[in-house]
Amino acid sequence: MAKRIETVELSCFYGKTKAVDDVSIAIEPKSVTAFIGPSGCGKSTFLRALNRMHEVVPGARIEGQVLLDDEDIYAPEIDAAAVRRTIGMVFQRPNPFPTMSIYDNVAAGLRLNGLRRKSELDSAVERSLRSANLWDEVRSRLNKPGAGLSGGQQQRLCIARAIAVEPQVLLMDEPCSALDPISTLAIEDLIFELKDRYTIVIVTHNMQQAARVSDVTAFFTLRGPGEPGYLVEADTTQKIFTNPSEKRTEDYITGRFG
Amino acid sequence: MTAVSPGVDAASLRDVRSSRRGDRVFSGVTVVAGALVFALLGAIAVFLVVKAMPALQHDKSSFWTTKIWDPDATGRYGVAALVFGTVLSSVLALAMAVPVALGVAVYTVEYAPRRVGRFLGYLTDMLAAVPSVVYGLWGLFFLLPHLVGTQTFLNRWLGWIPLFSGAHGDVNTFSKSVFAASVILAIMVLPIVAAISREVIGQVDPAQKEAALALGATRWEMLRTAVFPPSRPGIVSAVMLGLGRALGETIAVALVIGNTFDISAHVLTPGGNTIAANIANRFGEAGALGRSALIASGLVLFVITLLVNLIARYVIYRSGVEERSAAV
Amino acid sequence: MTADASSAGLRSRGLTARTLPRPVVAGAALAAVAVTFLLFAVTPLQGVADFLVAATVLAILTVTGLTLAVEGRRRAVDRLATSGALIALVLTLLPLGFTLGYTAYRGTKRLTGNFLTHSMAGVGPFSPNGGIYHAIVGTLEQVLIASLIAVPLGLLVAIYVTEYGRNAFGTAIRFLVDVMTGIPSIVAGLFVLAFWVLALHKGFSGFAGSIALAILELPIVVRSAEEMIRLVPAALREASYALGVPKWKTILRIVLPTAATGITTGVMLAIARVTGETAPVLLVVGNNFYINTNPMKGPQASLPLYIFQGAGSSSNLDVDRAWAAALTLILIVVVLYVAARLLTRRNSLRR
Repeated sequence: MAKRIETVELSCFYGKTKAVDDVSIAIEPKSVTAFIGPSGCGKSTFLRALNRMHEVVPGARIEGQVLLDDEDIYAPEIDAAAVRRTIGMVFQRPNPFPTMSIYDNVAAGLRLNGLRRKSELDSAVERSLRSANLWDEVRSRLNKPGAGLSGGQQQRLCIARAIAVEPQVLLMDEPCSALDPISTLAIEDLIFELKDRYTIVIVTHNMQQAARVSDVTAFFTLRGPGEPGYLVEADTTQKIFTNPSEKRTEDYITGRFG
Repeated sequence: MTAVSPGVDAASLRDVRSSRRGDRVFSGVTVVAGALVFALLGAIAVFLVVKAMPALQHDKSSFWTTKIWDPDATGRYGVAALVFGTVLSSVLALAMAVPVALGVAVYTVEYAPRRVGRFLGYLTDMLAAVPSVVYGLWGLFFLLPHLVGTQTFLNRWLGWIPLFSGAHGDVNTFSKSVFAASVILAIMVLPIVAAISREVIGQVDPAQKEAALALGATRWEMLRTAVFPPSRPGIVSAVMLGLGRALGETIAVALVIGNTFDISAHVLTPGGNTIAANIANRFGEAGALGRSALIASGLVLFVITLLVNLIARYVIYRSGVEERSAAV
Repeated sequence: MTADASSAGLRSRGLTARTLPRPVVAGAALAAVAVTFLLFAVTPLQGVADFLVAATVLAILTVTGLTLAVEGRRRAVDRLATSGALIALVLTLLPLGFTLGYTAYRGTKRLTGNFLTHSMAGVGPFSPNGGIYHAIVGTLEQVLIASLIAVPLGLLVAIYVTEYGRNAFGTAIRFLVDVMTGIPSIVAGLFVLAFWVLALHKGFSGFAGSIALAILELPIVVRSAEEMIRLVPAALREASYALGVPKWKTILRIVLPTAATGITTGVMLAIARVTGETAPVLLVVGNNFYINTNPMKGPQASLPLYIFQGAGSSSNLDVDRAWAAALTLILIVVVLYVAARLLTRRNSLRR
């Protein structure tokens, strides 16, 4: 069910400014790939280009290709909405719909896709909340607003909302940066469980987190101030953190830079 | 840093005292200014009541039910038809203005590029800057003749609805009517509702919108899932504020409404009246009792608009939405 | 565009959606317009407005129907919503264009130097002469006095509410100011009539009108000044306090100057608003065909009132004069309005 993503010479722009330069990388299914690198290196922009969320920003565009199992998601006949349904996303700050109940938050995507039958919605909501390790905590208050949950619970609610529409790939943009250590741990455990079913890409500021949860790590950086970000190298997490091929990666890992 | 010399010490103490005095005087002045607002609103209520009293006491039984306005000659007058006309024309105006205002607010915030959106915002606001007497003049000499076609159309196809039926088959004449007043009011209320809705919609957290898009929502679905629900209280209060404005609008309505005193839902037929328009049209010829009666009707209008505005503010305060359009 | 081997795995939810290329959409809309044109040519249907409405409706139906057939329900609804928003935009700009355009068309006929510099003294309804000098004088004086009352008072109230009024009284005032924004202008006029003209027996005068206008201007000034003062960064205040400057001096020397551009914008918009107010003036200023430069004594003329009375006149010459006065009034208001907006751009304080 999980799919492979490959980018071919992908560059991302905001208007005339190039934010990401010429990245080619293959992201394998049923694995966790972490993007690390200093602030402003374009890793979040690159992540958003993978499910066409990048183009939501006015003036934003890309060059190059993004292939989902060999299908170019930027081809003219491709529907951006369908891409986003297939490649789900979890954001930096938990963003449940504030006026909706927990149940309605999880059901939101399903309802958009035309699922109306109560029984089907019920089972899909329960399945998603269970997958997000949230069911036991919220089963008695599904009709309460999602905004009443703790930050960590809200983020797991957002993950449940994202996986409810059964995507192939899950993109996570610094999902733990707004959370306390215990909630972070819960999310990391969840990521570990979810990788059996999904291709997961996670952007993180936290190198320990990358080391803990990911199978592959990609290191992004800038050539200099005002320059676009680029991919330095991508390899198994083990190798990146013990014996990287590039000097710049080693400098970053060991804290001499960034 | 040993002992501070006594001279410096005394001087700085004196400074503190004088600045304290300055602060007290200044804050005192601002408190008085604030209290003046209290006094002003109190005075408005008191003087309207006092000057309305002669008219209210003169005819206790029928002020609310009489459909005639003839205080000076026969002493018969009442606000029944006026209140009805005021509410009917305002509600109709909102029915026309609100969908358009929401549409243009959504367009400027969500569809148009940022710069274009800002420019469109200025243009929409300019609609609010046109003085009401100019709308009245325009309504009288441009809109009325051009509405005949619309009136005929509505009557022919929707005449089975009492609202659009003609009492005497006279709808396709060019005439002052509740419908004409509603159209003018709609144009005048539109920028108010649009401006506040624009602010409210613009305040929606972009993260909610991205969440909806990331679920594969189309733009419309994004609006429905992430933008409208949190904007609802703000939009409701925008509509209420628009209603308050429509209820109290005077001059433009006075120029395009029929100035008759019947309670009729046939909005296309000539006729209709509102409290405010009646005051403007009757003031010139009013005697002592006539003025008092007009003030009494104004008091009724004041209470109605006050209630509508209180409801609007209540909705805003309760939802915590900061409503910022000071200029409208 | 059909499902090939590579997307077979996606089955029910492929990424590919059958999409209508833009030229096709535009073509369909144009075709609808062409059909409408034919319809109007061969049937008794006629009229420019009718044609535009019919063409728009037909074009939207065509495009939505086509989208529904090719791209599916969700995209059709989305496209319909976009059309709806666009129509709302047009429906908003149309009255603006027609009002300004028609006023310019009718107004330029009489708007001359002579018109601006003469009063209606001795000019009957059926005389082609006369002007609005007396009305301009009246309006300027009334608005100026109203602003002299409302602006300082409004600033003080705004300062109280933002700087001192962090208590129940302050909240109450904020609330009352909000309530004041909702007072209909005719009610403000009735109040001044009841209080100034009838109770105090002061009679009609320009000043009575100024009081009514000030009541309407006050809440607008308070609200905009309040908003601007709140935008002044706390760091600026703290820097001033740290230098030992007392609070009142900080407010007068640091906070107000910083917020000055924004406050000026708000004041100009408030002035633009009350300049066109007719209802309160109608009740308490009286009317005058002659030039009365003394706002404190005797009836005065005013531009809005001049227009209102011209509109109700049976003489076409009066109506023409009303249009010219309306154009003058609009020009004054629009100049104020545009100047205020231009000033906003210079404002360094941002939300």
